[in-house]
Amino acid sequence: MFQRREFLKAMGAGLLVSVLPNLSYALAPAGYQRLLVLIELKGGNDGLNTVIPYASDDYYRLRPAIGIPRPQVLQLNEQVGLHPAMSSLLPLWQNHQLAVLQGVGYPEPNLSHFRSIEIWETASASNQYLGEGWLSRLFRSQPVPAGFAADGVVLSSQNLGPLDGGARAVVLSNPQDFARQAKLAADQQAGAHSSALSHILKVEGDIRTAATALQQPAMKPAANPADAPTAPPKAAGGFAQAINTLADILQNGTRIAVARITLTGFDTHGNQQPTQARLLGELADGLALLQNRLQAQGRWDDTLVLSYAEFGRRPRENGNRGTDHGTANSHFMLGGRVKGGLYGQTPVLAGVTDGNLPHAIDFRQLYSTVVQDWWGKDARQLFGGHFERLPLLRG
Amino acid sequence: MASQDLAGLSYTEERAFPMRSHAQTAFRLILLCLLPLTAWAGIGEEGARHLLSRTGFGANPAQIALYAPLGREQAVDRLLDHAVYNALSAPPAWVNEPFDRPGKPNLTEDEKKALQKERNEHAQELRGWWLEEMRSTPSPLTEKMTLFWHNHFVSGLDKVGVPQLMYQQNVLLRHQALGNFGQLLHAIARDPAMMRYLDTVNNRKGQPNENFAREVMELFTLGEGHYSEQDIREAARAFTGWSLDKDFHFVYRPNQHDNGDKTIFGQQGNFDGDDVLDMLLRKPQTARFVTIRLWKYLVSPTPNEADIQRLSTLFYRDNYEIRPLLRAMLLTPAFWQSQGQLIKSPLELTVGTLVTFDLTPPDWRALAGLNRQLGQDVFNPPNVKGWPGGEVWINSATLLTRKQFLDRLSHDAAPIRNNFIKADGQMDEARGREARIQRLIQAGLRPIKLQPDEWTAIYHVRNAADSARLLLAVPPAQPLPEGMSGAQAIAPLLLDPAYQVH
Repeated sequence: MFQRREFLKAMGAGLLVSVLPNLSYALAPAGYQRLLVLIELKGGNDGLNTVIPYASDDYYRLRPAIGIPRPQVLQLNEQVGLHPAMSSLLPLWQNHQLAVLQGVGYPEPNLSHFRSIEIWETASASNQYLGEGWLSRLFRSQPVPAGFAADGVVLSSQNLGPLDGGARAVVLSNPQDFARQAKLAADQQAGAHSSALSHILKVEGDIRTAATALQQPAMKPAANPADAPTAPPKAAGGFAQAINTLADILQNGTRIAVARITLTGFDTHGNQQPTQARLLGELADGLALLQNRLQAQGRWDDTLVLSYAEFGRRPRENGNRGTDHGTANSHFMLGGRVKGGLYGQTPVLAGVTDGNLPHAIDFRQLYSTVVQDWWGKDARQLFGGHFERLPLLRG
Repeated sequence: MASQDLAGLSYTEERAFPMRSHAQTAFRLILLCLLPLTAWAGIGEEGARHLLSRTGFGANPAQIALYAPLGREQAVDRLLDHAVYNALSAPPAWVNEPFDRPGKPNLTEDEKKALQKERNEHAQELRGWWLEEMRSTPSPLTEKMTLFWHNHFVSGLDKVGVPQLMYQQNVLLRHQALGNFGQLLHAIARDPAMMRYLDTVNNRKGQPNENFAREVMELFTLGEGHYSEQDIREAARAFTGWSLDKDFHFVYRPNQHDNGDKTIFGQQGNFDGDDVLDMLLRKPQTARFVTIRLWKYLVSPTPNEADIQRLSTLFYRDNYEIRPLLRAMLLTPAFWQSQGQLIKSPLELTVGTLVTFDLTPPDWRALAGLNRQLGQDVFNPPNVKGWPGGEVWINSATLLTRKQFLDRLSHDAAPIRNNFIKADGQMDEARGREARIQRLIQAGLRPIKLQPDEWTAIYHVRNAADSARLLLAVPPAQPLPEGMSGAQAIAPLLLDPAYQVH
């Protein structure tokens, strides 16, 4: 019986291969072999000028100075479209690998950068204070297998965010430098220490483990012709550099469950337009670069990208051609197994004056989807309540 | 065993380093007999190292020797009595020169670039200047507290744009560093750098900008959870009309002020900005919030409720005088039992190491650059909440960079010769000093390298145990091999994880 079932499964997989371009989809391993890439849009990206409800007159009423003119919007459907700087994401949208999540937030939103990002990164309720990141909590109860270089790597930030408070996290700028410097972290003897010293010793241990793994010889890129690299899209700047660093270490065969990349500068209280256009361009180009490079490694179907930020911004622009702190926001989920399309709710702007937007998707629903449907782990105990998962993933 | 006779000697020596020369012990006992009776409560070398390291940057052995015989009160009072109000290092010449407003119209691209380049250079010089002051000040406590307020009333060059304004703010913070919190709060609210950083200048009648109103409650006085969104909105209206003139001096513009009634903390009236600040100061929660932050900065990451209660009540009753709060905090038993509980900040580590070994870097701006890499870019904290500190300082990248700095320092050091050990095992201080002076003369204006045996001779560091006592707050995580000289022990002690805490 068992063998027969396995056989049927393999048959099914074979059939899928014939209709789907990439073999690795059907064979995609479950568990932490699958990579989660979190993209932090630090400062609170203005979602309303990212996923633009261009059909709404209220949008232009609320944003007389900084609204994106209708003809410039990259239309996704007859209601909403992307900021013109994000054209590199259109191929992903057309391939149905880009989910646009509208109205992501949480109840009783907090408008402080620090508190709100803490809520997102610890996955707490608005009035609940948790000391550790949600990924640290997950990895404590359901650990990443031995042999992984680290639970996660952190790029373009010194802050561990969701990996804070216990996960084996490595902050990486350049893997070669890292391996060379790691020799300065000597083997330590276990013992009772102050918590400050224990923390130092733990980080030294993480460094040694990661350094050992990063020194493995490079694996050859996948030979599958379907995955043959095309010319990588142009992408410059720190964000693209971080994407390349991540792609490099994955190509080396380094195993990690999570990568978190931070793109900062979204706190656009004044003269928002040029700043946000530059950042969204970097974001879109960087994500296209990531897709391109991981496709070439045959890993794109094992990769899930999710953006997040502390909050969105207020629908009504302020007096400085900028926007103040708001609540619900637009985010993106993308990857080879993502069911592309629009999710959540397009902001209802009619009647809005100085107020903020209600949320349609609780961010913990996204986290539950990642934990349960992407990694196949148990999300029930993690978020202090039940959060309905969203049908964002194939298979 | 004899060391137990000396009050304040901690386990560092007794457990990890039981060896101690009898001659030295005898000398100390004699010294103790000569001192007045209060000296029986002397804080000892460990206590002095702890006090200096926490209230300053590193601990130089000469200072340790000066403070070791003092009792706790004497030592703390001595620190407070030596506080200053001004920096002693000369600031860069441009700080008081007139400057162009950012965003000045009608500049060509080249002129804009040149202006930006000049600002960047000034920013570098400014950082270097402050680090040099931290290294050379006669009152490290003053700089430590200036840095505390810089991380409390955060402003950053990224947004302020004008280095001159950041310098002026730094002067203000230093002037009130041990002064009065209420006065400082009122002054900082009118500080041009702060007004630009938190958008007070963009806060107008009918178009309020809530940035300052929010942060003054969340980060400067009450802390999260002690105000409502309505309090913020209404307080923002109260600050309307506070502005800067064309030379970036504070100016009140009555026609931009919202004269309507505001309801803040349940009180209604036509409040202005100063009224709001006074309302904040009338709340005991403000005293409590600041006391907790200072405790976490100087004592430990885990304040105990009884001490916080007592100290914040005192702070409130003393009308927010900072000096008595500091004094009381540094005299709590908890402070003296907190060795090793804090992770050194990048500045405590880097500047502190220079202080400890009497070194100066080849280039202050480069040292500022290193601290930026380590996560502490002075005049430019990461955001309005400042540096979170504690364990956040240490991750795989920053820990390795810290170790590289320390590794280079000990690698660059002149070879260890043990030249200055006398036949009886004592250190030849005179010859050590002479050698150092010779090297200083030869170097001219260039900085000299660490010379471990010179350092151990000058400060009578006879063995590895002495070195560890001067350099570490807790025993080394990697026990040192037997028989190492004090000079030989320096490199392994600097690279020991225990050197990262104090």
